[in-house]
Amino acid sequence: MTATGEAVEVRTRTALRAGQVRRRGGRWLGRWGPPSIVFVLFLGVWYLFSYVLLDSDRRFLLPPPQAVVKVAFLDADNRADLLRALGLSTSVALVGLVISIVLGMSVAVLMSQARWIERSVYPYAVILQCIPTLALVPLIGFWFDFGYNSRVIVCVLIALFPIISSTFFGLQSADQEQHDLFTLRGAGRMTRLWKLQLPAAMPAVFTGFQVSATLAVVGAIVGDFFFKQGDAGIGILIDLYRARLQSEQLFGAVILASMLGVVVFWFFGFLTRRVVGGWYGSAAYSPPP
Amino acid sequence: MQDIAGHSGNSHLALRFRDVGKRFRDGTLALTGVNVDVANGEFVSVVGPSGCGKSTLLRIASGLTTVTGGTVDVRADRLGYVFQDPTLLPWRSVRKNVELLAELERMPAAERRQRAAEAIKLVGLTGFERHRPRALSGGMRMRVSLARSLVLRPDLFLFDEPFGALDEISRERLNDELLQLFLANRFAALFVTHSVSEAVFLSTRVVVMSPRPGRVLGDFPIPFDYPRQPQLRFSDEFAHVAARVSRCLREPEA
Repeated sequence: MTATGEAVEVRTRTALRAGQVRRRGGRWLGRWGPPSIVFVLFLGVWYLFSYVLLDSDRRFLLPPPQAVVKVAFLDADNRADLLRALGLSTSVALVGLVISIVLGMSVAVLMSQARWIERSVYPYAVILQCIPTLALVPLIGFWFDFGYNSRVIVCVLIALFPIISSTFFGLQSADQEQHDLFTLRGAGRMTRLWKLQLPAAMPAVFTGFQVSATLAVVGAIVGDFFFKQGDAGIGILIDLYRARLQSEQLFGAVILASMLGVVVFWFFGFLTRRVVGGWYGSAAYSPPP
Repeated sequence: MQDIAGHSGNSHLALRFRDVGKRFRDGTLALTGVNVDVANGEFVSVVGPSGCGKSTLLRIASGLTTVTGGTVDVRADRLGYVFQDPTLLPWRSVRKNVELLAELERMPAAERRQRAAEAIKLVGLTGFERHRPRALSGGMRMRVSLARSLVLRPDLFLFDEPFGALDEISRERLNDELLQLFLANRFAALFVTHSVSEAVFLSTRVVVMSPRPGRVLGDFPIPFDYPRQPQLRFSDEFAHVAARVSRCLREPEA
């Protein structure tokens, strides 16, 4: 069984041990082949739009792929600008995520300790989730600044709730009999939390991390649009290139921003599988009796 | 005066239910006027239809629930409780799962590790210490659950239909192994089950309960000597005893 849960094919050459993945030959092609073909088709459609459907004075609307690569990535200055901005946005998202995790998990643990805490706090968490972030932007600007810190705050506002709700849900996922096991031994509140509830919560918590991390990336980029002071993040660059009609760099920036989201999503998925992947079984694997 | 099953007097009791009643907060009357004794070294099974309050008896004995009528007297020092579900922690290896209760009792690490190793050996799972519960079959998980309780060397074992979810062959095998453990350690046991044949095979006495509200309909001493061979299940005498118990179970008015 591979880490992603795919069934291991039986081979006549050499038997695969559990977890071993054959990287050469048919299997690799079977996995990466189809998406690669789609990618090539996608490039084909891109070229079609750029050269066939747009005439040369309108081509800036959708510059062809090689132009994007040449101007945005191969040019040293542009590449440096883009990478620096990407680094800054990543840092905003990361700081926002860490704050969300620390704050969110603490609130969730507190709520799990007493019904009255849950009932007093949770409604406000929900309200926070429902307030449109855009409506809070002017306030954030007045109270803090119009640069880095406010972008981080926007990230936290967007990414906080999934951590609270998934951690809280996870903390309650231990079943009654597991709790009874601890009750029968007279386990205290902290022991129960540390040895039962928090470990039991991990699958939900990690899922929350993945959701919040992707939201934090969005938050970092959106934050850029409202808080333009200070060093430029990738969102500011996007807006700048848009204003100057520098479409190759604009596309480059958009591609990088998207890749950041994808990498973050993949990374947290990987982390989840690594940490909690061995805990719960899937129906496909039947152990010997 | 001799009690049933040949124990004299009640000076070596592990557990005594006297006129026990239990009414839940929503008004359901689960148990009424239940009298059951378990002496040291006795293996007592409780059979009864679903909802008759068998599990409630165990929860009362363990202190997870309180009685609303009558008294329960637990004389044993150390209690073991085996749930219907193996209730293993999926993030812990077999060894760490077996060590759990000892950890909660603050047993020093070296002693804990050694006792866990012994318990794992007793249930026949040596070699599986590093496995996660996910990689084990239902029967193996149940064995881990048993080992976990054995680490604390209980005087009184409470079993809540532990083998109910297993297939017949695994169940019979585990019954044989449980008997061996019982004979080696001679703990007192209160074993709740749906299966009359399992009850008759394992026990020194079988108590039959009525449908809700649960009360005791019959208390049958089992006349077979220990150690009991697996083939006992196929003997005529066994069938005869089991039939008597089943009749009591199925015809409460009789």
